[in-house]
Amino acid sequence: MIVAKRKPFEEIKNMLKDYKKVLNVGCGTCVAVCLAGGEKEVDVLTAELDMARKLDNNPVELGKTTVERQCDREYLEALDSMVEDYDALLSMACGAGIQFLAERYPDKPVFPAVDTSFIGVNQDVGWYEERCRSCSSCVLGMTGGICPVTMCAKGLYNGPCGGTNNGSCEIHQDQPCAWYMIYERLSKQGRLDSIMEVVPPQDWQNQTPRTVIQPGYKKPEKD
Amino acid sequence: MRLEYPPNVKIIRVPCTGKVDVMHMLRAIQKGADGVYCVGCLEGTCHYNEGNLRCRERVNHVRMLLEEVGLEGDRARMYNLSSGEGPTFAEYAKEMTAHIKELGPNPLKKMDT
Repeated sequence: MIVAKRKPFEEIKNMLKDYKKVLNVGCGTCVAVCLAGGEKEVDVLTAELDMARKLDNNPVELGKTTVERQCDREYLEALDSMVEDYDALLSMACGAGIQFLAERYPDKPVFPAVDTSFIGVNQDVGWYEERCRSCSSCVLGMTGGICPVTMCAKGLYNGPCGGTNNGSCEIHQDQPCAWYMIYERLSKQGRLDSIMEVVPPQDWQNQTPRTVIQPGYKKPEKD
Repeated sequence: MRLEYPPNVKIIRVPCTGKVDVMHMLRAIQKGADGVYCVGCLEGTCHYNEGNLRCRERVNHVRMLLEEVGLEGDRARMYNLSSGEGPTFAEYAKEMTAHIKELGPNPLKKMDT
């Protein structure tokens, strides 16, 4: 899931200081699961803003709502009738959701309330770890299910660098060496052959915005 | 025991302090309460294992949120006692009331129209 972290309150307050009517829009999918921007977090932030602005003698009228997914037009549609009553929108969705919201209401200032952090896993309630950089060319089959792009500080594809240190990475003792883990796992599985082949340099042109159309969902071409 | 404690303390009963949510405490302050405190069982004796520990974490979160908005974080506190300690309950109520009186009234109260 996409993991986000709420922005510092001071930063959010500062972005909204000139607006008198603000709608706080949460997102009920990834950011709700990672406890950053779901219905509950919308409640907390809205209450905080209300109190802080009153204390600053600059009261603000706040609305709050949470849509199922801000990255989906189908759900954003529900906001159409509400948005015109507000001066600005505050989005607690991930970066994709925030942009989709801003795209739908180009006349309204839209502000982010969270910092979108990474694609990660849930280790415990409220504890998330990064696992994927969405590089668009997955090598997990070759590396025993451990991602060298995410887990190796240098993103190496052909074994560890000289900084590998008894299973740790040179950047920090607590950071495991991805290639040590890959070697260990493949060795246990008897699959060391799979990393013997040299992987050619990657074509990082995927650094530009990417589009995915799943098979069977391509729209018929227009004349 | 006919114990006395300050009458300005409004008690809200919950099955376990683990039920108390951040929003419950925040909303109390938002609506003008001068302070809010949770009284849970002694640490390590929770019937549900970690209800009071969760509450402690949430109280700490509320304290942080209050500081963020410009109020005193110490308007929210966590106390622990066993269910047989009536006198301690009254003692905590007195302590919290004195502490809140020291901090003064919630500045949000006078701003509400």
